[in-house]
Amino acid sequence: MEYFVQQLINGLTLGSIYGLIAIGYTMVYGIIGMINFAHGDIFMIGAFISLAVFLLLTSVLGFAFLPVVLLIVLIVAMLFTSAWGWTVERLAYRPLRGSFRLAPLITAIGMSIVLQNFVQITQGARVKPLPPQIRGGVTVMQGSTEAGTIVVQLSYMQMIIIVTTLVLMTAFTLLIARTSLGRAQRACEQDRKMAALLGVNVDRTISLTFVMGAALAAVAGLMFLLLYGVIDFYIGFLAGVKAFTAAVLGGIGSLPGAMLGGLLIGLIEVFWSGYFTVEYKDVAAFSILAIVLIFLPSGLLGKPEVEKV
Amino acid sequence: MASSTTGVKVSGKKPAGDQAETPSRGHAPSPAGPGGGSRFQGSLRDAATAAFVAGVLGFFFIGLRTDIAPGGLDIKARWTAWIVSILVVFAGRLALNLFVFKAERPVTLGLAAQLSGVGETLPGLSKWLVRLLLVFALVLPFFLMTVFPSKQRQFIDLAILIMTYIMLGWGLNIVVGLAGLLDLGYVAFYAVGAYSFALLSQYFDFGFWMALPLAGLLAAFWGVILGFPVLRLRGDYLAIVTLAFGEIIRIVLLNWYQFTNGPDGISGIPKPTLFGLEFSRSEDGFAAFFGLEYAPIHRFIYLYYIILALALITNVVTIRLRRLPIGRAWEALREDEIACRSLGINTRNTKLTAFAIGAMFGGFAGSFFATRQGFISPESFSFIESAMILAIVVLGGLGSQIGVVVASVAMIGGIEMLRNLGFLTQIFGSGFDPVQYRMLIFGLAMVLIMVWKPRGLVSTREPTAVLKEKKRIGAEAVAQGEGH
Repeated sequence: MEYFVQQLINGLTLGSIYGLIAIGYTMVYGIIGMINFAHGDIFMIGAFISLAVFLLLTSVLGFAFLPVVLLIVLIVAMLFTSAWGWTVERLAYRPLRGSFRLAPLITAIGMSIVLQNFVQITQGARVKPLPPQIRGGVTVMQGSTEAGTIVVQLSYMQMIIIVTTLVLMTAFTLLIARTSLGRAQRACEQDRKMAALLGVNVDRTISLTFVMGAALAAVAGLMFLLLYGVIDFYIGFLAGVKAFTAAVLGGIGSLPGAMLGGLLIGLIEVFWSGYFTVEYKDVAAFSILAIVLIFLPSGLLGKPEVEKV
Repeated sequence: MASSTTGVKVSGKKPAGDQAETPSRGHAPSPAGPGGGSRFQGSLRDAATAAFVAGVLGFFFIGLRTDIAPGGLDIKARWTAWIVSILVVFAGRLALNLFVFKAERPVTLGLAAQLSGVGETLPGLSKWLVRLLLVFALVLPFFLMTVFPSKQRQFIDLAILIMTYIMLGWGLNIVVGLAGLLDLGYVAFYAVGAYSFALLSQYFDFGFWMALPLAGLLAAFWGVILGFPVLRLRGDYLAIVTLAFGEIIRIVLLNWYQFTNGPDGISGIPKPTLFGLEFSRSEDGFAAFFGLEYAPIHRFIYLYYIILALALITNVVTIRLRRLPIGRAWEALREDEIACRSLGINTRNTKLTAFAIGAMFGGFAGSFFATRQGFISPESFSFIESAMILAIVVLGGLGSQIGVVVASVAMIGGIEMLRNLGFLTQIFGSGFDPVQYRMLIFGLAMVLIMVWKPRGLVSTREPTAVLKEKKRIGAEAVAQGEGH
């Protein structure tokens, strides 16, 4: 039981990170109907920028008060990663709007390769370890088995991740539901041409969608860096595919769906490694992707897609 | 060259689609008309913006570098590299603005006209060109032996490598280029072929020629197994599922230690024989049988001819299939799936055959790879490999057979050539390794070619089925949204 609760906590933490990335996939898919394959690498870019800002602040400028440092890292990383997201859209996707359907997907794959190799060349291929910054936590449960006592711990790091995710999720749901930008996004999602006729700046709306997705991916990147403490140029690939799985599982195009899917994928991965084999945890995630797409193509919370001729 | 004024408009314009009210990036209207001064000013401003963006993007990646140092991570500044990168972007963008985007007569136009001119005006010549290429490929090993006797082994090895990619490109072209199914997990079938042969030889003592058809069949079988459930998915979903499948195969190969030997791989895979003659120094070897002096190069030449034959079989089968009803159904499927379904084509079976045939050729290439290397491990079958083959197909022009050849030679051969250019290290410092930039160049080329010419470099396509007279489908027509 204690083991189960601990895994549940770990799963929710991991799932929050996946959920944050998945929102970027789901928003872009909702609005222009393409898989932004490079989004996982935007997450990786976010993690690298976070690391650089963190090191700049702590070891070069000598800031020591951790909450302020982390807040500055978060804001700077969000800003700079957004710039990356915006540029990727501008260079690789906008010129191809209205081209045949596979074209943007192929540039997205190209962009993903470019980002990975750019980071590999400029930052080196070796992993970057960052010692844990936030230590400690609270004990939730305690139990004893034959093997000894098991302590279920909820670390401060995990609390921060879950709370931040909740706050951001609420903020984004409100943004989509209440603001004029959100309205424009929903309008573009339904009918781009009509939205343009009614005075919505479609290009700007799409750009902002990419910017928002990238900002959330930057948050996820920072969380990943702080939680695992190890990043390299390749983390975006696996995290990207899993987050995409999460978006599909929750129903692509749906914001709460992305979060739900993220949590489910995180839980599945953690429980699979906890109770079966660690080696095949990625196989589990990938198989779920295939199974969901085959049997439940519109996901848990998605609307079934109507094919227009 | 043959560019009329209408040609200027069509190829100079980016596919705008339904976004008529918003000018695309390369076609911003200059507010004061085509006046020279304002155009220059606009270009300058635009280039400055691009340089600013490059500075922002590069700040944490080019300007700073984190490295592992004793006692934790260390951050170093590289301001010169950062400023140089900004200047390069500024100059490049300015040049592009002045000569391509905002110029009255873009320079790329001449290039585009020449490229399309080759395909359009001289079908006879291109036919002869293909024959010439074929003859060249046939005599290539002997050519290399006489011209570069000191480096013959290295060059023949490179030719084998390029040929392998040509074959893989042709195999994937059936799936992506003809049937229009984006397959990101093609390397899985390559792996199935390689491991089939390796395991058959390890457990059952199969030779190359006995294992080859089996490897192809097994790969095709896997293609059907995978394809059956997923092929009714939309194009981009299919891409992700095939990618996931490719990764699953790799992870299983990596972790099924008892069967596949895990990350250590399988070594001692037998070399191919010529009707039972081994390429060895022994009494009954190839050299002794034909009364030649033994030379290790014989085996390489033999390997080259095997892969050449396999590649040519792939090509001939593809060309033949294109003329059969199934091939026409593939192309129709690529152009419009809904129309196909309403015309009574069984789309699932059509896709399945394309998938299985593509997988089969991937399997053949895989078992050739195994016999050439003599050693395989899951590392050779990562996603990057899939991406590289896809890049070759995309760059060559989806559906174009000769394009795959051009792209393979340019990309694989070009990168190998880069490796040997000594003066580059003198320019960029001793730590410069051009091979590092290989995938970056691949990726950039993929993006740029897609944006510039969405149907690839060799992009004019000829419909195989015609009514009354032949009409060309240019890349422009496709880019305007006629082919989905």
